[in-house]
Amino acid sequence: MHPLLEATGIAKSFGGVPALRDGRLTLEAGSVHALCGGNGAGKSTLLNVLMGILRRDGGMVRIDGREVDFTSPGQALAHGLAIITQELSPIRGMTVAENIFLHREPRRAGFVVDYRALNEMAAALLQRLRFQVDPTVRMNELSLAKTQLVEIAKAISQNSRILIMDEPTSAIGEAETDTLFDAIRTLTAAGTGIVYVSHRLTEVFRIADRYTVLRDGSFVESGAIRDIDRAHMVRLIVGRELKEEFESVAPGAGHGAPMLEVKGLSRDGEFEDVSLDVRQGEILGIFGLMGSGRSEFLHALYGLTRPERGQLRLLGEPFHPRGPNEAIAAGIALVTEDRKETGIFPSASLRHNVSISALPQVSRAAVVNVARERSLVKGLVDRFRIRASSQEIPVSSLSGGNQQKVVLARCLTTRPRLLLCDEPTRGIDVGAKREVHDFLAGFAEAGGAAIVVSSETPEILAISDRVAVFHKGRVVGIVDGHDATQEQLLHLAS
Amino acid sequence: MIETQSPALEAPVARAPQLARILSRYGIILVFLVLCAALSLANEYFLTWGNWANVLRQTSINGILAIGMTYVILAGGIDLSVGSVLALSGMVSGSLVTGMGAHHPLLAIAAGILTGLTIGAVNGLLVSRVAVPPFVATLGMLSVARGLTFIYSDGMPIPNLSPGFRFIGQGSLLGVPMPIVMLLAVFAVFYFVLAYTTYGRYVYAVGGSEKSAKTSGIRTRLVTFSVYCISGALAGLSGQILAARTTSALPQAGVSYELDAIAAVVIGGTSLSVGGIGSLVGTLFGALIIGVINNGLDLMGVSSYYQQVIKGIIIIAAVLLDAFARKHRA
Repeated sequence: MHPLLEATGIAKSFGGVPALRDGRLTLEAGSVHALCGGNGAGKSTLLNVLMGILRRDGGMVRIDGREVDFTSPGQALAHGLAIITQELSPIRGMTVAENIFLHREPRRAGFVVDYRALNEMAAALLQRLRFQVDPTVRMNELSLAKTQLVEIAKAISQNSRILIMDEPTSAIGEAETDTLFDAIRTLTAAGTGIVYVSHRLTEVFRIADRYTVLRDGSFVESGAIRDIDRAHMVRLIVGRELKEEFESVAPGAGHGAPMLEVKGLSRDGEFEDVSLDVRQGEILGIFGLMGSGRSEFLHALYGLTRPERGQLRLLGEPFHPRGPNEAIAAGIALVTEDRKETGIFPSASLRHNVSISALPQVSRAAVVNVARERSLVKGLVDRFRIRASSQEIPVSSLSGGNQQKVVLARCLTTRPRLLLCDEPTRGIDVGAKREVHDFLAGFAEAGGAAIVVSSETPEILAISDRVAVFHKGRVVGIVDGHDATQEQLLHLAS
Repeated sequence: MIETQSPALEAPVARAPQLARILSRYGIILVFLVLCAALSLANEYFLTWGNWANVLRQTSINGILAIGMTYVILAGGIDLSVGSVLALSGMVSGSLVTGMGAHHPLLAIAAGILTGLTIGAVNGLLVSRVAVPPFVATLGMLSVARGLTFIYSDGMPIPNLSPGFRFIGQGSLLGVPMPIVMLLAVFAVFYFVLAYTTYGRYVYAVGGSEKSAKTSGIRTRLVTFSVYCISGALAGLSGQILAARTTSALPQAGVSYELDAIAAVVIGGTSLSVGGIGSLVGTLFGALIIGVINNGLDLMGVSSYYQQVIKGIIIIAAVLLDAFARKHRA
């Protein structure tokens, strides 16, 4: 009996730089196989080779024991191989149903789209998966989480025997994750093989039965999930001992004066009567499900939107930013949730990306002093250990974790006192996550303060001194980060 | 997404084939040189100074328009109104330097530039504050400004502009014709601003990702507003030069000039589809390529009907070549 999918010795280089030396993956029918590895381990390259998006330089891919060599994703699809990518690519002006069945629309007389059948098919599919999405709304009206669910439904609707999921939960909340896992179990019960890629080890251990770890472009180890524990997995991914994956880094200090005080802050339809404070030396976590108003709350603090009611005090002074420029000037920085949309400048270089907020500092009479700019950037590239061959390479050529570090580095250029972080470790690997956590702890220890939104309960408990739980736009509880449990948070949030 | 392995320090960055690398960095200059070589073989008069002064003079107006257009396109917009703004500005200043009560030429020039700036500011407000799509706002302004030109002039040209004013179109400075001096001066100033100042970076940033720019603390609306002001003011300046060169302000001046300006920007490698990619050096050579094509085809006696066809083909070919070169840079 042949495995469903077997890849051995896959190699791929970009301009002489190997991204993958020895990629291997063996997927059995009806199993969920976790593909793990840090940023730049070569996971995406391997997946792109499997899907025919990239041509391999060497190695062998077999499906049902027969060798294949796809040159386009269309061929892969025809062989029952589908992928849900990390980068969402919906056609925003079309409805959910149109997106799901794009190019496969039911037709009358060969060319007239049968919208009724289309919507019914989509509704049936979404219902079967128990995704609560209306098939007739346009994609641009959906939240990121729902968009992700639609992409998942689309891939599933291809009736593929092999389904690759690349960070499927990076944009969705805990509740949607449960729904997704139920859908995955239904699929595997019917014999579908699933390759599951996620940096969230909790999920990997919940859903996968086998694993393969890549590191620096090479195969490291493969086996059954039940035979290993998290510590072992982390060791494989990082290549060294990490004392604890989510070592508690919360400073837990006595705390200084209040950094930011929020009283009765409201913005209609987003959040209501939010009161909390964060002190110098403290990390305040914010936990809540998708749509609980947590990101919107951060946006209001940062001046991206204006709250309708309520007061803000920054270091005791009334503070009402009319735009991010004023928030930055007051010593606030924001790490946004959607790195690609609101974080980086994809076509610009690493240097331009890091320095953009701090140009006045390195300029005289509005003329940028590039030497000073370079040294500012170099300091931060070193500090965050951003792996890049030069400051001049386009930021889009960096891995996700390094891009996230670029966004963090930019935030630091303006010497903030208060950091607002919205999912600061979304889609980055264990090692990089750890660096971000350590950085946040160090930042607070040095007298700064941070408000961190995260949907990963272990993470938020590890880094926060206190956790404010949001539910439907309101703060439903503020718990001590050192004593609280995951169950407690989830219970409050839902 | 393709995960590019962060190249370790010892691993050099991709070594693209030498030719492709030169092409990608200086592609547009190469296209220009090849075109010049071909034309000089086809016609012995092409490489003479007299002819070149002619090419540059003709390029100056489109060049200045294209410089403003580059700012707008880099910031993620488009300005279709420049041809009409050029006509309106020329008309306003022309009316100040004709007949008995002719004003000082500098006053007229200032008034003309101010006219362009004002129209540009309206475009900028529409796009940045009212959120009218740039294509629509400036398409509307194309019509409004042209209409205003006809209303202001009653549809009649203004002839006999004062000699002082004509200097900027017909005079010369140290032997260099004034339009060329103006083009080079405008290029120098705006090149410097774009490449070396914080403002220049902000223009790229807003075009590259408006949301990221906003989060980074850039006052994106102000930047968007400002690029339309620049484009309008430069269109105003071009109007002066054209009027001065032809010694009269014509209400139908500059019709469809926006297309040549956009073509120069695009040939120069500035991306119309994604903001934040491009440069003014490219635009300058883009404008020169268009100027050289027009001139060369004239010299060879190609009928103006065929000229349009050939020009269009060369524009598309130049952009394709550039895209090809870019692809091979990776």
